[in-house]
Amino acid sequence: MTATTAASAAYIVAGLLFILSLAGLSRHETAKAGNAYGIAGMVIALAATVGLATRDTSATGLVLLVVAVAIGAAIGLWRARKVEMTGMPELIALLHSFVGLAAVLVGWNGYLSVEGAAGQDGGPVLDGAEAGIHSGEVVVGVFIGAVTFTGSIVAFLKLSARIKSNPLMLPGRNWLNLGALALFVAFTVVFVVEPNLVVLSVVTVLALALGWHLVASIGGGDMPVVVSMLNSYSGWAAAASGFLLGNDLLIITGALVGSSGAYLSYIMCRAMNRSFLSVIAGGFGNEGSVGSADVDHGEHTEISAADTAELLRDAKSVVITPGYGMAVAQAQGPVADLTRKLTERGVEVRFGIHPVAGRLPGHMNVLLAEAKVPYDVVLEMDEINDDLAATSVVLVIGANDTVNPAATDDPGSPIAGMPVLRVWEAERVVVFKRSMNTGYAGVQNPLFFRDNTRMLFGDARERVEDILRAL
Amino acid sequence: MQLGVPRETRPRETRVSATPATVTQLVALGYDVVVESGAGAASSFPDEAYAASGARIGTAADAWGAEVVLRVNAPAIEEIDRLADGAILISLLSPALDPELVDALATRPITALAMDAVPRISRAQSMDVLSSMANIAGYRAVIEAANVFGRFFTGQVTAAGKVSPAKVLVAGAGVAGLAAIGAASSLGAIVRATDVRPEVAEQVRSLGGEYVAVPSAEAQVSTDGYAREMGEDFNRRAAQMYAEQATDVDIVITTALIPGRPAPRLVTEEMVASMRSGSVIVDMAAAQGGNVAGSVPDEVVVTPNGVSIIGYTDLPARLPAQASQLYGTNLVNLLKLLTPGQDGQLVLDLDDVVQRTITVVRAGEKTWPPPPVQVSAAPAAPAPVAPKAEPAPPPEPPGPGRRFALVGLGAALLFLLAAFSPDELVQHFTVFALAVVVGFYVIGHVHHALHTPLMSVTNAISGIIVVGALLQLGSDDGVVRALAFIATLVASINVFGGFAVTRRMLGMFSRGPSGRGATR
Repeated sequence: MTATTAASAAYIVAGLLFILSLAGLSRHETAKAGNAYGIAGMVIALAATVGLATRDTSATGLVLLVVAVAIGAAIGLWRARKVEMTGMPELIALLHSFVGLAAVLVGWNGYLSVEGAAGQDGGPVLDGAEAGIHSGEVVVGVFIGAVTFTGSIVAFLKLSARIKSNPLMLPGRNWLNLGALALFVAFTVVFVVEPNLVVLSVVTVLALALGWHLVASIGGGDMPVVVSMLNSYSGWAAAASGFLLGNDLLIITGALVGSSGAYLSYIMCRAMNRSFLSVIAGGFGNEGSVGSADVDHGEHTEISAADTAELLRDAKSVVITPGYGMAVAQAQGPVADLTRKLTERGVEVRFGIHPVAGRLPGHMNVLLAEAKVPYDVVLEMDEINDDLAATSVVLVIGANDTVNPAATDDPGSPIAGMPVLRVWEAERVVVFKRSMNTGYAGVQNPLFFRDNTRMLFGDARERVEDILRAL
Repeated sequence: MQLGVPRETRPRETRVSATPATVTQLVALGYDVVVESGAGAASSFPDEAYAASGARIGTAADAWGAEVVLRVNAPAIEEIDRLADGAILISLLSPALDPELVDALATRPITALAMDAVPRISRAQSMDVLSSMANIAGYRAVIEAANVFGRFFTGQVTAAGKVSPAKVLVAGAGVAGLAAIGAASSLGAIVRATDVRPEVAEQVRSLGGEYVAVPSAEAQVSTDGYAREMGEDFNRRAAQMYAEQATDVDIVITTALIPGRPAPRLVTEEMVASMRSGSVIVDMAAAQGGNVAGSVPDEVVVTPNGVSIIGYTDLPARLPAQASQLYGTNLVNLLKLLTPGQDGQLVLDLDDVVQRTITVVRAGEKTWPPPPVQVSAAPAAPAPVAPKAEPAPPPEPPGPGRRFALVGLGAALLFLLAAFSPDELVQHFTVFALAVVVGFYVIGHVHHALHTPLMSVTNAISGIIVVGALLQLGSDDGVVRALAFIATLVASINVFGGFAVTRRMLGMFSRGPSGRGATR
């Protein structure tokens, strides 16, 4: 057993542990074990790598290694402890960008230490096909990494409201993206034939710009897809680095993350009845927001918190459908209290979660879990939709497009065909909303004007607290 | 533009097309409102109140001469000439029942909009006068019945003996019927209701009524919000049901109307004869021929066996202040739609389905009947059969031939790529391809609630790129080393942050019984 075979063996074990980790994460009962497997895999992988690296590394290298990992660990643990559950989407987007950045740097290093050092003494010399493949791997790795990096940065900025989340509408934006891809292919060929620093820099800048533009032109409502898409990209970036370094562990892990991220994106897209391409091509609501916004839908009817409490008191069953607004208003705590109080009174309370509610897949579930809402009353859209007709009261808290009847009724609507929670079938619907503004899709919601709908205006958290007091 | 509110001229009409409250809104829309002196007197709205709301009080000629004239009732044929050329008349016109009036209107270069032709679609609900008036009429029908009925509605136990509650049967659970059900049950009566549309059963119950179904296989699901005529078999069974009910109930309120047709006869002479003395029937369809045999429009008839049949056709007008306010608000809502600029300029957009449907005459040209509008059924309808213009069919899944071709092409490409690559790369490819497939299947059945933790754990795992960076740290090149240092640092943030945050999140998920511990 040499150090190299030991490391390879460790990598195989780590790879299998990662698979176990992902498998564990798909069910509540095994989720914690899954996370533990992941940590174990990572520890083994790191230990093996450090073991490999120390064989031929100077003391400075070791010190650098320890310092870098220590600083990274400190920052990572600190952020993880401090983050609010409502801020989870931003954190995850930011973390994706780190993977992208690391992939870019690894790719550049690959160039610098092989092609860049070719003329010098001691640099490894590759010939013919191998050199070409190595160059190709460098470009691809850098490209994917850079797209992930800036894309995630933009997603982070949008999610944390540091920049506007409206889609950026450049003329011919699809052609810009396609053009960038075509240029990338051309430059790859050039770089493979004759590797040089200029071409690599151009590709890097091009990819950075593409990543930026790709996400900037996607609206806030599509963020769940974007985040899981970036998750997938970060996996592919790692896999590309694996090819570059000839490291199977990186390839396995990258491919795992990449394909699982892609599958998640697919689930999200299906939940919005949109093709993956149309999300990437960006711009939700850009084609239809004007059309229906001008239509007079009639008058909405307001209700007070006290009357809502009255409704809830008499209700047999209540379904709460939260949306991003609940996260913004930090209303999950009061909502959980309300759930407890109503359950004590014998009212059946359940939650209906739309797959794309919030800004991250599963965002609402995390918030409700934080507020100690038992997860077995938190149901998916498909699980609850057929029960809504027999429900006394539906509370729509900060959701809009995900409960829009226009998606099923109005074929001209930009969200037509998107599966939605059919809350309007319930006896009464109470919509918590700050104002009559449209949702992220920019589409007016006819739900608000229905006969059985009541609007409860104001901050969701304060209103829920008012209801709690009235109860 | 000038907007005129003339006094209503039909006998016994007490309503008015604008109240001081709606005048304020009309003025806010930019209109210059002229109210004929005394127009609101019968609804208890004095001229001064209008003036205080910003209207000008004028003569009948002033009000009729305005560019837009708001009326409750259709003008009599001779009144049409009082309209100015180019004027816009907005009023109840019942164009389907009164073709002579439509023809008479079309002889003048005017535009006529029928308030009673507003389609029953969600966004036009706020302008639907038939609903708002029917609501009032239904309430009033109960009040009129109670007035004639010689007993309590509610049951009581008193020192002087027990009083049993009145039994009320409401035929037709449209807006008027539902209002009657609500009013009667809040007076304490036992309320039963029947309707040809079984989907209204829930609405009946929600107002405290008991739904009496006609035993029949021929259920009707409404496509336009209104009832239709039923088949013979159904009618026979319905008649049987009514005959049974007639001997049992004290009060019958009939509201059955089918648009554009005479009212269906629900209660026959025999049924009336079988009712107890002192019973009351309110025939809300008396004006359209009546649901009840023997009803006379605008009169109360007492049959030989002591049953009173009330045939009032002006039920809404018997609550004039309320009816005027609701009618006026319907008008304001319509004018909001017609005044997109809020600048007092009325703009008629015939591409809008609501505006097209109500336009009976346009600049002297007859535009009735409009193209049919299919509207959604009532919100509580079990199956929204209505418009659902089929959403664009999903793209056809590629046929098996094409799919095989694609798979074959992909396989061939992969084969070529691998065949021309050096051994080492092929090995990597093998690993890569298998890992992609494994990744796909491993999370195939992920629970929806765990999407976020899954994502943060995959994110942590993709921090494995730190391995690459670590290996590069050993380089002798300063630049490479610096870059690798940064890469290691950021990737470490990812690894540690990702796992830690996942742990934190998973710690919060709790299953019901343990999570509910606090409430036990």
